[in-house]
Amino acid sequence: MATPGHHTLSVLVENKPGVLSRVSGLFSRRGFNIDSLAVGPTERADRSVITIRVDCTRHSVEQVVKQLDKLIDVIRVLEVHPDMAIERELLLIKVQADATHRLEIMRMAEVFNARVVDAGADSLLLECVEHPDRLAALEELLAPYTIVEAVRTGRVAMTRASVANDEGRAPLRILG
Amino acid sequence: MSDTNLQKARARKERMLGSEAIIRSLEAEDVTICWGIPGGAILPLYDAFMAIDHTIEHVLVRHEQGAGHMAQGYARATGKVGVCIATSGPGATNLVTPIADAFLDSTPLVAITGQVPTHLIGTDAFQEADITGIVMPIVKHSFLVQKAEDIPKAIHEAFHIASTGRPGPVLVDIPKDLQLTEIDFEYVDTIDLVGYSAEFPRELEGVEAAADLIAHSRKPVLYVGGGVINGEASDDLILLAEALQVPVTTTLLAKGAFPDSHPLSVQMPGMHGSKYANWTIHRSDLLITVGARFDDRVTGKLDAFAPGAKIIHFDIDPAEVSKNRFADVSLVGELRTTLPALRDAVIARKDNAARVEAQGEWLRDVQSWKRDNPFRYKRGEKLKPQYVVEAFDKALKGKDAIWVTGVGQHQMWAAQFLSIDGPRRWLTSGGLGTMGFGVPAAIGAQQGCPDAYVVNFDGDGCFQMTMQELATARCYDVPAIHAVMNNGWLGMVRQWQELFHGERYSETNLFGTIPDFVQLAEAYGVLALRAETEAEVDAVVAEAIAARRPTVIDFRIDHEEKVYPMVPAGAASHEMIDQAWDNEWVEEGV
Repeated sequence: MATPGHHTLSVLVENKPGVLSRVSGLFSRRGFNIDSLAVGPTERADRSVITIRVDCTRHSVEQVVKQLDKLIDVIRVLEVHPDMAIERELLLIKVQADATHRLEIMRMAEVFNARVVDAGADSLLLECVEHPDRLAALEELLAPYTIVEAVRTGRVAMTRASVANDEGRAPLRILG
Repeated sequence: MSDTNLQKARARKERMLGSEAIIRSLEAEDVTICWGIPGGAILPLYDAFMAIDHTIEHVLVRHEQGAGHMAQGYARATGKVGVCIATSGPGATNLVTPIADAFLDSTPLVAITGQVPTHLIGTDAFQEADITGIVMPIVKHSFLVQKAEDIPKAIHEAFHIASTGRPGPVLVDIPKDLQLTEIDFEYVDTIDLVGYSAEFPRELEGVEAAADLIAHSRKPVLYVGGGVINGEASDDLILLAEALQVPVTTTLLAKGAFPDSHPLSVQMPGMHGSKYANWTIHRSDLLITVGARFDDRVTGKLDAFAPGAKIIHFDIDPAEVSKNRFADVSLVGELRTTLPALRDAVIARKDNAARVEAQGEWLRDVQSWKRDNPFRYKRGEKLKPQYVVEAFDKALKGKDAIWVTGVGQHQMWAAQFLSIDGPRRWLTSGGLGTMGFGVPAAIGAQQGCPDAYVVNFDGDGCFQMTMQELATARCYDVPAIHAVMNNGWLGMVRQWQELFHGERYSETNLFGTIPDFVQLAEAYGVLALRAETEAEVDAVVAEAIAARRPTVIDFRIDHEEKVYPMVPAGAASHEMIDQAWDNEWVEEGV
């Protein structure tokens, strides 16, 4: 119970002004650190999903879920278990690439399903949508060529299509 | 909302200004009184108060903090939602303390603030403050109204959220231009909040498991918090306690939720609680927790709190369950439902009589601790504050009295020496510990309960934080008595400095004669009295109670008197320190 671990929370919210502050503010107020946070629209215009990655104990994540659930604009909180979900993140990365290394880098990008989206005289800009662990691996491999700039979106997650709705989407909330 | 007011509101489908819509919405929510101060961004609302016929009394206060605490005092004494109003910027920020106080003590409060016109929002306009942003961590919810047509809906939802589930403060921020916009007023009684439900599941899983734990316990205790008062469940609690025949400890916020005079009561636990309450908890093998939240002022060192006890936790807020202490069995829901369910389950057990018999030895132990270790103090040459508390307690015995306090030593003496037998008759700032709560909260409570005798035990430090509201008391002729326990010091801080900081009294001396509280009270036109001896106490208490007008009494008490017993911060709750006693103690019967 006391060992920290990573947890991914998918928070369905009403698309109202201030909702992101309410959610992120709750984390800082209760002393939980956010590893990554991604927010975006859903299939419904009036709802958004905030995907939050936290590193904390099981007890803490249960607390944070209950506290999130108390926010009026939060409709549902779901802890996404990695083995039941697809998790993805977008990486944009600019790498130094002079003529001698350019092909090497492009081949490596291919292995990771990364695309070259822009090229300059001595650098390449790659885009990659992958599981965050794979993005980390790609960054590591590119590091020796000198990374000029890198930015990631934060992960988003969805339960697998093969997981029955009840199982995968069962909200963690205690109240109906 | 009552049916008639709702029908009236529904029938009213006329065009009106947004400001008038605020008043009509408040009427629909059965608001009869509110507290506030006008200012630029809320001027249209105040104009409407004068321009149209309505049924709401507005009380003009002297500082917005006063408006907030008055609304709190009213809410806690009556069980209704308290309403306070302020303008934008500094008016709104002056409400921050009462909002935080209402959040920590779960008080239903709706704060309505004016905001700069929508086209100026975000420009650092005159008297602009992002009040919804400022209060975000201390409200149950907030609204920044974006369209004038949304005003009735926002106010309706605000009252719904503030008053249902675990009550709390809700802020509604309304830009000035929206107050001046004409709308088709329509009051809709439906709530459209998909993320909020105040309906609780009816299945009562956990009741049988709780009854099992009780059946197997040898040393159970009911640990009762303020949730019982918010949940209007005092009667259910008494029935449960009497069926169980177990000791009952009531936290500072719960004082009165279970009668202090009841033989099963062991009164207050925690830092300045009774020895017998803390010992009972410490030796217990089962804490039946009801609407309480294992606050650090109750538990002391958390992992040494009730070390041998299993936990049953009843609460309306699932986030309190297992927050500070793991609950072996929990029941989330309204106490008025869950408490009777547990009682029925316990009574239904065929070996219940044998259980009561088996737990009888424990109860007898607890009652002997209670008999042998009462709250006590030593009378001396100087006036003791406990004597003042007892004098009021005796004088108002059998009358409907509401007791209010500030925060500090006087608050603890009042908690220890008052005997209160009903809910909503003890109003104190527990969670936030807000000095200055007393004067305005007493005024608001008195306005909600005009026939009650309201007594505010205040400290001289607390009193000076909100004493300008004596003007409000005088203007509206609010007869609450403000009993200032004047020791000339920030007494509780001084006590900590004496005990834990080598008697270095850093910045705690207030010089009790500055100001002269009698002259000050006279300047406000209220009855002003003073007592320095026990004989004078008896006389001024009788005079103040008979006067039925706003009254300040300057009680010049012994500044060296301390609050005992005491659990030092960070110690286990049974490790209470006390002063050495000789044989001259006045023993307060409990």
